[in-house]
Amino acid sequence: MSAATVPGTAPGSFQFTPENMELAQRIIAKYPPGRQQSAVMPLLDLAQRQNDNWLPEAAINYVADLLEMPRIRAKEVATFYTMYNLKPVGKHFVQVCTTTPCWLRGSDDVLHACEKKLGIKPGETTADGQFTVIEVECLGACVNAPMMQVNDDFYEDLTAETTEAILDKLARGEKPVPGPQSGRKGSYPIGGPTTLVEQAIRAGVKPAGQK
Amino acid sequence: MPKLTIDGVEIEVAPGTSVLQACEQLGIEVPRFCYHERLSVPANCRMCLVEVERSPKPVASCAMPCGEGMVVKTNTETVHKARKGVMEFLLINHPLDCPICDQGGECDLQDQAVAYGFDRGRFSENKRSIKDKNLGPLIKTYMTRCIHCTRCIRFMDEIAGVSALGALNRGEHMEITPALEAGVASELSGNLVDVCPVGALTSKPYAYTARPWELRKTETIDVMDAVGANIRVDTRGPEVMRVNPRLHEDVNEEWISDKTRYSHDGLKRQRLDRPYVRGDDGKLRQASWAEAFAAIRAKLSGLNGSQIAAIAGDLVDAESALALKELMLGLGSPNLECRQDGAKFDVSQRSGYVMNTTIAGLEQADVVLLVGTNPRWEAPLVNARIRKGYLAGKVKKVAVIGQNFDLTYPTEYLGIGGEVLSALAAGTHPFAETLRTAKNPVIIVGMGAFRRADGAAVQAAARALAVSVGAVREDWNGFNVLHTAAGRVGALDVGFVPHQGGRDLDGILEGCRTGEIQAVYLLGADEIPGEAFGNAFVVYQGHHGDRGAHRADVILPGAAFTEKAATYVNTEGRVQQTRLAVFPLGEAREDWKIVRALSAELGQTLPYDTLGQVRARLVQVNPVFGAVDRLVPSVWAEFGQSGAIGGGHFVSPIENFYMTDPISRASVTMAKCTEAFIKPALPAVAAE
Repeated sequence: MSAATVPGTAPGSFQFTPENMELAQRIIAKYPPGRQQSAVMPLLDLAQRQNDNWLPEAAINYVADLLEMPRIRAKEVATFYTMYNLKPVGKHFVQVCTTTPCWLRGSDDVLHACEKKLGIKPGETTADGQFTVIEVECLGACVNAPMMQVNDDFYEDLTAETTEAILDKLARGEKPVPGPQSGRKGSYPIGGPTTLVEQAIRAGVKPAGQK
Repeated sequence: MPKLTIDGVEIEVAPGTSVLQACEQLGIEVPRFCYHERLSVPANCRMCLVEVERSPKPVASCAMPCGEGMVVKTNTETVHKARKGVMEFLLINHPLDCPICDQGGECDLQDQAVAYGFDRGRFSENKRSIKDKNLGPLIKTYMTRCIHCTRCIRFMDEIAGVSALGALNRGEHMEITPALEAGVASELSGNLVDVCPVGALTSKPYAYTARPWELRKTETIDVMDAVGANIRVDTRGPEVMRVNPRLHEDVNEEWISDKTRYSHDGLKRQRLDRPYVRGDDGKLRQASWAEAFAAIRAKLSGLNGSQIAAIAGDLVDAESALALKELMLGLGSPNLECRQDGAKFDVSQRSGYVMNTTIAGLEQADVVLLVGTNPRWEAPLVNARIRKGYLAGKVKKVAVIGQNFDLTYPTEYLGIGGEVLSALAAGTHPFAETLRTAKNPVIIVGMGAFRRADGAAVQAAARALAVSVGAVREDWNGFNVLHTAAGRVGALDVGFVPHQGGRDLDGILEGCRTGEIQAVYLLGADEIPGEAFGNAFVVYQGHHGDRGAHRADVILPGAAFTEKAATYVNTEGRVQQTRLAVFPLGEAREDWKIVRALSAELGQTLPYDTLGQVRARLVQVNPVFGAVDRLVPSVWAEFGQSGAIGGGHFVSPIENFYMTDPISRASVTMAKCTEAFIKPALPAVAAE
């Protein structure tokens, strides 16, 4: 974590790196001339990625100026969408889904495991700046509930144990394998295929989801 | 042309008309909060729900275009239930503090709650509360009352052209927030108070001073700029409490500038309420009317006409200008001048000094050339018209000669001085071709271009340019003069200009220096520094103790525009009349009456005793005064004085939008605006 993003200190200026600038120009070029402000969301995302996963005011203003739009318009976008972080977050940004399907499948355990393991409450960042945990609404992986998202990866079919294991690995600097942690493949049925089995056998192929 | 049925009545409407507009055409009232005729349609308040046959649920009528064969019902059980539901949601977070809310009595939410509100709340949780925002010295905020209709955001974006407000966060946490800490820096920001349907944005100077039902409303005309915005002055007893706009599609639509709305507190300060005469000790002392008149008679009786001059100021009405003109001519003085800012232009033809395109006509323009003018400060509503044309896609290009200001729409900057105009008139400048190929080109010349020694040549060059690019046709006249003074066109129409052998402003001031001019009559003229009058005897007639009164030897207290029935002519040549809202202060009198009384004293009795007679005389002098609020197209003729134009800069006469005349200079609110918006923008010289 760079010194500029110590919680509570916002950098006074922001600028895209040359590589990101090139990427930004490619994104802007997707929209017709004069409509370049349509690129505000991908550019804010790009800025957030460049700036340790959060958007300081300077970055929002920079993107607005780059797109020749009023700064307040970009700020509206950045404050509207929950995936833009307006405050510094940890290196591993843990988002635990607690919406009904995940909750029914035990998301409370997952959240408690995070709290216990990291010693922080939802919305807080660990003292070493490694982890931030927040509760989020549905991330659209209900079939693999409960789940959480760490930075860009989904970890699904969690239990308290697997959650702790993931956090341990992350703390050690390793990268856990994303996806279901229960051993099942994708969102195939846990107990093996239940439909189209006969058809698959007739066709001479392995039924979907069978190991 | 879709045909539809609303509440059993068939109506045919223009394509693109919304159901709500169609309802209005039939006189059916549909409640609404977010919808505003002059703003875009976001359809987010959901109050205007109606039932449409074959639609599974109620429809927001503001955003639903009329379709062929549609059957709309606005007065059914379902509609009422739906609207009541919306109202209940709106009131969940809205405080029930109407008794202490300034909007009370003229609040859309309050009114509509009477029709659609429930008499008790079912919401027992805490209400949301929001920290108030600083929107500057003009607008008071109480953001907890906000219902998030976003009218204010859209107004600032679309009409004012300054993206100063935004909606941060989402859902229940949404907050209207200014972009800058200092507030909303726009000269039209006061309209937010009118636009806001609830008490979230209210007028700061007016806060907690009056209730709408205690106010007496007088429909009159504004004089803070030459647009002549139609206003309604609300008074309580002898005090002007507030100024609100009136609808006039051709002049101000339904907006007014901040100076119009908020400078009225200047009417209470530094007023002249009795005559004064300067004694032998050089000090002004109170006097009676008789003493003041006697002092004037004593001075003037020894002078011949050519030693006397009269200068009319910016807020002068046509009646008093006429009376003073006839008095001066009676005294044998040809030295009349109404252009106290030193503007020079040929006044022989009316088409040479009015806005021929008309303000509403600007919307039809496609290429606009601004010469020596900053319309955003000189006439904010003219600027708003140009912006409206630009947003509608009609105005495609605006070019500027003079100072380069941010005018809220893109402009092409051609240069600062006269040489650019010369080149354009000669056809050697590339932009001349742009004007020539335009369908409805418009040239607007401001006082910044006329306030020079070669003003008449500038006028001639602009005229030549207008003719050469085809801006003057049977159906279109693109030559315009934008005035800054409300009384200017009226005084010009009266003929308050140097007569045969008379001196203009420079001549009069030169005469004062050399002693050839012994007496000067200032009719509300305050923009000339006192020392310019040398040793001349100065009579000042006006309503404020401003620059003119400080220099005066005799002060005659006149009436401000809210205190008299008077005629003003706006920059497009529209004759409009003010009405008396409050009586003149103390011993002050209506201005034309003062001149009439003085004329009797000086033995040149003017032949009119009533307002009706003065106005009849006005029509005699210039028939345009007979056409009140009807524009009489001016005859296009030869005007201006051909000659070389110097390269000097065109400088807009207004340095501070908020203070341009004696009234706004005396206004505390305008001083606060200057402090908040003008001073920070100026380069900090002293601090370095």
